[in-house]
Amino acid sequence: MNNENKTPKKHHGPNRPVEKAKDFKGSIKRLVSELKSFKVLIVVSLILAILGAILSILAPDKLSDLTDSISKGLVVDTKNLEELTKITTENLQSDKTKQRVNEIINLKETTYNNVTITENDKLVLLETLNNLSQNKMKIKIPDSISKVIFDEIIIDNTKISSSDQVEFLKIISTLKKDAKPEEIYSKIDEMPESVRKVVEPFMDMKEIKNIAIFLITLYLLSALFTFIQSLAMTDVANKFARKLRSRISKKINKLPLKYFDKHQSGDILSRVTNDVDTIAQTMNHSLATLVSSVTLFIGTIIMMFVTNYIMAITAIVSSLIGFIFMGKVLSKSQKYFVLRQKHLGDLNGHIEEVYSGLNVVKVYNGKEEANKKFDELNKNLCLANRKSQFLSGLMMPMMGFIGNLGYVAVCIVGALLVMNDHITFGVIVAFITYVRLFTSPLSQIAQALNTLQSTAAASERVFEFLDEEELEDETHIKTYLNKDEVEGNIEFDNVTFTYDGNEAPTIKGFSAKALKGQKIAIVGPTGAGKTTMVNLLMKFYNINSGDIKIDGISTKELTRENIHELFTMVLQDTWVFEGTIKENIIYNRENVSDEKVKEVCKTVGLDHFIRTLPNGYNSNIKENDSISAGQRQLLTIARGMIEDAPFLILDEATSNVDTRTEELVQKAMDKLTEGRTSFIIAHRLSTIKNADLILVMKDGNIIEQGNHNELLDKNGFYAELYNSQFEL
Amino acid sequence: MIKLLKNFNKKEWLMVLVIFILIYMQVWLDLKMPDYMSKITVLVQTEGSKMSDILLNGGYMLLCAFGSLVLAIIVGYIISRLSANFSMKVRRKLFNKVEDLSIGEIKSFSTSSLITRTTNDITQIEMLIGMGLQLLLKAPITAVWAITKILNKSWQWSTITALAVVILLSVIAILTAIVIPKFKIVQRLIDKINGVTRESLNGIRVVRAFNAENYSENKFEEVNNKLTKQQLFNQKTFAIMSPIMYLVLHTLTLAIYFIGAHLIKEALMVDKLVLFGDMVVFSSYAMQVIMSFLMLAMIFMMIPRASISAKRINEVLDTENSIKDGTIDKDLNELKGVVEFKNVSFKYPDAEEYVIENISFKANKGETVAFIGSTGSGKSTLINLVPRFYDVTEGEILIDGINIKEYKQEYLNNKIGYVPQKAVMFNGTVKENVSYGKSSKEKTNETIEKAIEVAQAKDFVLKMDDKYDSHIASGGTNISGGQKQRLAIARAIARNPEIYIFDDSFSALDYKTDSVLRRELKKYTKDATSLIVAQRIGTIMNADKILVLDNGKCVGMGTHKELLKTCDVYKEIALSQFGKEELDHE
Repeated sequence: MNNENKTPKKHHGPNRPVEKAKDFKGSIKRLVSELKSFKVLIVVSLILAILGAILSILAPDKLSDLTDSISKGLVVDTKNLEELTKITTENLQSDKTKQRVNEIINLKETTYNNVTITENDKLVLLETLNNLSQNKMKIKIPDSISKVIFDEIIIDNTKISSSDQVEFLKIISTLKKDAKPEEIYSKIDEMPESVRKVVEPFMDMKEIKNIAIFLITLYLLSALFTFIQSLAMTDVANKFARKLRSRISKKINKLPLKYFDKHQSGDILSRVTNDVDTIAQTMNHSLATLVSSVTLFIGTIIMMFVTNYIMAITAIVSSLIGFIFMGKVLSKSQKYFVLRQKHLGDLNGHIEEVYSGLNVVKVYNGKEEANKKFDELNKNLCLANRKSQFLSGLMMPMMGFIGNLGYVAVCIVGALLVMNDHITFGVIVAFITYVRLFTSPLSQIAQALNTLQSTAAASERVFEFLDEEELEDETHIKTYLNKDEVEGNIEFDNVTFTYDGNEAPTIKGFSAKALKGQKIAIVGPTGAGKTTMVNLLMKFYNINSGDIKIDGISTKELTRENIHELFTMVLQDTWVFEGTIKENIIYNRENVSDEKVKEVCKTVGLDHFIRTLPNGYNSNIKENDSISAGQRQLLTIARGMIEDAPFLILDEATSNVDTRTEELVQKAMDKLTEGRTSFIIAHRLSTIKNADLILVMKDGNIIEQGNHNELLDKNGFYAELYNSQFEL
Repeated sequence: MIKLLKNFNKKEWLMVLVIFILIYMQVWLDLKMPDYMSKITVLVQTEGSKMSDILLNGGYMLLCAFGSLVLAIIVGYIISRLSANFSMKVRRKLFNKVEDLSIGEIKSFSTSSLITRTTNDITQIEMLIGMGLQLLLKAPITAVWAITKILNKSWQWSTITALAVVILLSVIAILTAIVIPKFKIVQRLIDKINGVTRESLNGIRVVRAFNAENYSENKFEEVNNKLTKQQLFNQKTFAIMSPIMYLVLHTLTLAIYFIGAHLIKEALMVDKLVLFGDMVVFSSYAMQVIMSFLMLAMIFMMIPRASISAKRINEVLDTENSIKDGTIDKDLNELKGVVEFKNVSFKYPDAEEYVIENISFKANKGETVAFIGSTGSGKSTLINLVPRFYDVTEGEILIDGINIKEYKQEYLNNKIGYVPQKAVMFNGTVKENVSYGKSSKEKTNETIEKAIEVAQAKDFVLKMDDKYDSHIASGGTNISGGQKQRLAIARAIARNPEIYIFDDSFSALDYKTDSVLRRELKKYTKDATSLIVAQRIGTIMNADKILVLDNGKCVGMGTHKELLKTCDVYKEIALSQFGKEELDHE
């Protein structure tokens, strides 16, 4: 057809850059409205995403409680320690004790309150008393006496016996006034059990256990929510993709052929696969990520401020500094990514060109030229690669640094606050997690927005295709021509037709009559409009003016489907699809017996060949298989014969085969044309010499018509065309 | 993969070494940080600590973090250089290799596969080096180092961390084992959905003419459903990965704290604080350990893909070029344009059947020799032996009395003006396309314009917007088949060769243009020898010699008239094209 107007191929490889939608908002809106039928699942998954995010915010708070509980177990119970010290030292100097000491020293017997006390013990006690009176903290009390010297005391329900009290006093007395905490702690470890019990920090294991159980439940729930949520989104994304794909597939059949003149099939294919895939993939990830990240982000900020506003400001400010810096780097790297994609495309183009034309490159000694260009493009790509990779590689370490910066800031400010007793240590632990929670959604939001860009671009392309103008509706047409009752007359009445976008009409004022059973040939140079005639006859395109009548009825009053029923068409491009030979011949006809298939194949001379194949009629046809172009052509002719319609169109049906095979095909076609009104378009004039009527077309017009001999006698364009094949 | 890495030169290995050292330092700094963290923790926790101590340790930690950042930037810079340069080098090497391959070798790889190998496969490798190299060096260093740091702290903590690593790795392993084979199925189904759609698009007129819209839609739906089902299975299986990962990570921290609580409770008062610091540090080291194992897992997922790519690249690089260059690069005698085939046979390597068998003929200066025969008779293969796209299996081909294998290829090519079956157009102007390549003589504007005129392309070229400087898209997608063929012929004419080879190069021209072109060509190139393959008898009937080929054998040789009398195959072909009267009429 109009080859001259083809646009250069677009590249839609897997490496294309993040495309930006022309109308981001509009595309997203459209996408959302198309997703309506999945509303329930989407809402459920979004709610789950929000819940999951809330849970992951709650967790650090609880974790900080846990840390607090644990750290309670680190600090000595100073209150009890002081109380005990007070009681024991007071006891030591109390009258009661003095009285007891006097009693012991002045003891005549060897027992006091059933405890045996030796003379030596008494001497030691005296020395201690002496020391104490001189304010020397050198306490030495024999075991026997320590058992009885004090009364038992009870602190926090723990009994501390008299000897334990003495022991405690002894250890305490070795400490200096300004002893360091570590020294005190190491002394405590030497103290009697009852004292340790009272003085040592108390860790509430029960509470810790409760928090742990609570946290585990939280984590489990959060994991469960995330899992269910991603299941739901996966479901939505893939089912939506399926729907889009099948809508595209149906749309293909509803579009007028003129659409396909202007659009490359590669472009449509890329919408079916790449674009739909992009939508599904990015929707699956970005939507849920976006919702949960935003929840996490806002939630974290709230939680931080609720916990402690000074710490919150510290965390936010320290992260923001990093993020501003990172944003700069990111936007710069984006530029290099686009550049890289462009250079990659250029290089790929060059490689493709050279590889597919390598025979010419070789014979014309074009290697040097090709290499020069290759090196230049390769170098460009390498430079862009380096920069884009370097800049994008900065992301991770910078994220890490921002995290660490936040950590240190939080720790220092936190430490200050802890020392001033504004917060507990647990708050710092919580903030360490908050900083992490706070930085990760920010980068995730940025990433999700970026992928959403490609979602928008892809959905724009898909919806643009789905919104293309369709073939006109024909449900109002009631006229119907039964193919068994059709006579077989066709009339072209002053038909004019212009392809969309062309200025000059391709067919101008074409008039001709084909009578029942006639063989009509259309010849003429390339671009004369031969194939266009066929397209109009099949109502693939609507004519601009004039009329085409079948048995006197205008094709405008017939449905396309009805017209197609009436015609058998065999085309130049031998279209076979993947499937068995039998499937290819029967195609969409129903109730075709194997015998019928065989019979038809015998008629076109394919039967023998098919039976030599390993699986006969059930052999699979694949691309580039052992079936030659000629055999494919015969197959399409066989397919046409099965259809058995009153009209026949052969559009250059033999141009793919060599002349000897053509003869075979010719014979088959003659069988096919028997009793049918047929239109034959041919390059090779030998094919159509026996036609009843030859229409010679040039520039959209019939310039001559008549049979072969008449036209030769005229010595006009046909004669010139015919004779040129004998010249050298 | 390793084989491909041999393309690293000394400087690049040195770079790898530098990277290794820098990463080692970086890990050292990274792992130093938790130490400061623990010091800060203890300081904050202990009453009476001095603020200056906290600031000092915080400063140290920030210094470490900053140092690590700087090192990471340097490493990133070196690696990006390394990987980009490496891929540039390998790509160039591959490109040059492909250029040198014979047409037969190229066919056995298929052009599209060679293109992906030069582009996508190399990008794969580049990505592995760019991302993987760093991870590959960093992950094990971090893992080992972090493990040694925490190993002596407490066996309970170590055990629970090891358990977490094992759980994570087995989850990844199991999921990968389930899903990876299924990915191949998905790829096949995507190919299939592409195929079915392509079929519908290519046959759109047939589909409509047969009212078969439903038929093709049903076919599409079938694949569509299969694809969706498989995708759902894969993605749903994988959906469990991230929740489990986070669950394990969180639970591990919790477990470390919980165990820590017990340990602290049992400990002596003097050890408690130290233990607490250890606990905080341990949980951060444990994360490092787990992260480095996850990184390793990631690399193990990347490596198979890249190694497939590497294999595909090596396959091409390792292909021994079967065409060996000769040495002669000047005329050794007075002969010009003499082509002689002496008992030439050819079969594809590994094939059993000969494509052409025992062909002998001689074309003298200025003569036209034509080849005709049915599809698959070997005529194209025969003339493709002259520019050495393939080398003969038996016999020899002489040009100007010398075996073509002895010529330097560039010199041999300069003797030949070759026009292929499928016209090749490059992205560039009309002029650039016609003057393409290097030839023995300089191509002036006049010779180029004259060539275009002789090739009957002047008319349409002058109608284009920028005349001779009009842009031709890659593959000539913006001009018609006939126009492409004429420009391809002009390209051959512009070289002014001794020998023309036309491989069915007139097929897209209508009869009239075809005959005018050949007439003009004959006038312009009186002294040149022409070898023509054609389908149409009309194109070749005035040739000085016609060879009729049938299944690779020569079944007739002579002029049109002689062959009509002596050769049945020729007669059959002629009859099928002209009918009896015309032949008699001649």
